[in-house]
Amino acid sequence: MTRTPTTRLRRLGAVLLPILLSAGLAGCEDTTESTQTGYRGTGMVQFTSPATREALALANAIPEAQPPASDEGPRASELYENVQVLGHLSDEEFLRTMTAITEWVAPEEGCGYCHNLENLADDSVYTKAVARRMFQMTWAINDTWKPHVQETGVTCYTCHRGQPVPANVWFQNPGPQEAQGMARTDTGQNLAEPSIGLTSLPYDPFTTLFADPAQIRVASTTRLPSGSDKTIQQTEKTYSLMVHMSEGLGVNCTFCHNTQSFSSWDLSSPQRVTAWHGIRMVSDINGTYIDPLAGIFPDTRKGPLGDPYKANCTTCHQGASKPLLGISMLQDYVAALGRAPAGN
Amino acid sequence: MSEFRNIFTRVQARGPAYYGTLDPAPAWNRQGKAGFSHLLGRFGDAQIGPIYLGWTGMASLVFGFAAIEIIGLNMWASVNWDPIQFVRQLPWLALEPPGPEWGLSIPPMAEGGWWLLAGFCLTASIMLWWMRVYLRARALGMGTHVAWAFAAAIWLYLVLGFIRPVIMGSWSEAVPFGIFPHLDWTAAFSIRYGNLFYNPFHALSIVFLYGSTLLFAMHGATILAVGRYGGERELEHIVDRGTAAERAALFWRWTMGFNATFESIHRWAWWFAVLCPLTGGIGILLTGTAVDNWYLWAVHHGVAPSYPPSAVPVLDPAAAVGATP
Repeated sequence: MTRTPTTRLRRLGAVLLPILLSAGLAGCEDTTESTQTGYRGTGMVQFTSPATREALALANAIPEAQPPASDEGPRASELYENVQVLGHLSDEEFLRTMTAITEWVAPEEGCGYCHNLENLADDSVYTKAVARRMFQMTWAINDTWKPHVQETGVTCYTCHRGQPVPANVWFQNPGPQEAQGMARTDTGQNLAEPSIGLTSLPYDPFTTLFADPAQIRVASTTRLPSGSDKTIQQTEKTYSLMVHMSEGLGVNCTFCHNTQSFSSWDLSSPQRVTAWHGIRMVSDINGTYIDPLAGIFPDTRKGPLGDPYKANCTTCHQGASKPLLGISMLQDYVAALGRAPAGN
Repeated sequence: MSEFRNIFTRVQARGPAYYGTLDPAPAWNRQGKAGFSHLLGRFGDAQIGPIYLGWTGMASLVFGFAAIEIIGLNMWASVNWDPIQFVRQLPWLALEPPGPEWGLSIPPMAEGGWWLLAGFCLTASIMLWWMRVYLRARALGMGTHVAWAFAAAIWLYLVLGFIRPVIMGSWSEAVPFGIFPHLDWTAAFSIRYGNLFYNPFHALSIVFLYGSTLLFAMHGATILAVGRYGGERELEHIVDRGTAAERAALFWRWTMGFNATFESIHRWAWWFAVLCPLTGGIGILLTGTAVDNWYLWAVHHGVAPSYPPSAVPVLDPAAAVGATP
């Protein structure tokens, strides 16, 4: 028998193959499920799995709403001193809102996180001024930014999730320490940065693109060259922001786009319009409400360049295409958070 | 009698080192002595060396070393000379071309000057290596097919890093030196210019790329399959067709109705390989210079498929009356 080596190899294969196959199958306990979201053949498909759904459900558990309160009786502004933004609420609703915000934002620190416990009307704690501004911001989101948040709306919990500082914030990123002199290239990209999905794209797309969302559009609008000055570098910044959105929402590009032509609106899904408003909403949140607070935030709430911690898509979404899986906590707090009261 | 096996060369005939046809007037002597490696002999020829460097080889290595050094040191500088971060982040690190504000002027070293210098050294190195390939082929009395195939690859390299940026009027259109960065650049390039998949020369390039692998597999498999009839002696079969060539040809006529010959299959392979970067380079060259959005170009020419509109029409919110962009 001259073919012994081959025969031995065959026997080895016969033993090993079933082992390898069963090991491979055992590794696939979680099943990826795909949902077609666009025309067949366009690759417009979203993926999830039981394990992903379970993890999302766990991470997005909703705290129980405070018992409903009566809207009767004198207003908070008449009962308490120095109530600047929630004075229009009834006493019960006011206290209910204070209880809720404590649970949402500072469950461990308690009332003292924002209030001087000796004198609740005192304004000496900086977080109280921040909280006032955040109420106004929430009104703006729930009222003027309905094109993005629809009727679901947001509450403090959408971002805070029981923490004084939301888990997902951004600040201007000067990048790591670089060599100096003629070796200092300072390109603002090419580092493994988690907020942009560990790509080598520019690691701070937020500062420029939230300041001027019109810059996001980079693809040429004409088939032949017609003087577009959009550069590859600008495109990489847009791409970086899009990767951030994809990571932040737990979706892929085709949630909004048909990759046949990313820029064409007539090929896109309706979600792209929602996202368009979302980018402008975040721009408003940061520009109108958070940046102006730079003067009162301590350094521990600011980035290395002195700008406060700000919001991006992940701040609310936290890996879900609809924050808190689309459950509206706002419906239980419309009186306090729904919109600005008249004259405020 | 030795057995022919088509995975490994099991039998290695080992004689004295073979020095080959002598170049009658070598500019340089060959370096090193010939050695043997049994392991390499299982995959190719067991003899290693002597190697011919020559002045083109030496100059190419010097410029190539300079280019790699400039790129590597710039990457290392970007993590503040931290050796751990250099290794950890290496796939992300890059040497970027000058920014758009510099056009085709020569920027300071830190703002793209290093990229220009590294690009010059790398190009010089590649060109010198091309000369080496050409001159060595000539010295051996060979045809220069390898040099021209290499030139096809150099064409694509030059289009990406030099010719197209010069036509576009900006070094910033060129590719960064870096592992992930050049891939992210490629994706951004396609997004900026409206989806490169609608570029017909890109499509041709892909045809020749995949076609090359297919042809290579078909040819390699055919020759190995008729090895037992001496099919690996392809040159003899070209001029004096034996049973190996007959069987191989018949096999392909049976299975697909047509067969290349023992000679022409090598032309097929050469042209498929060479046309991949040739057509690819044309596709890159036209992007941004002749066509600014390949998807819109394809729609205009009736190439892009259109799909039924979605139930809810999706309109550009920026186009709405009174909207901010």
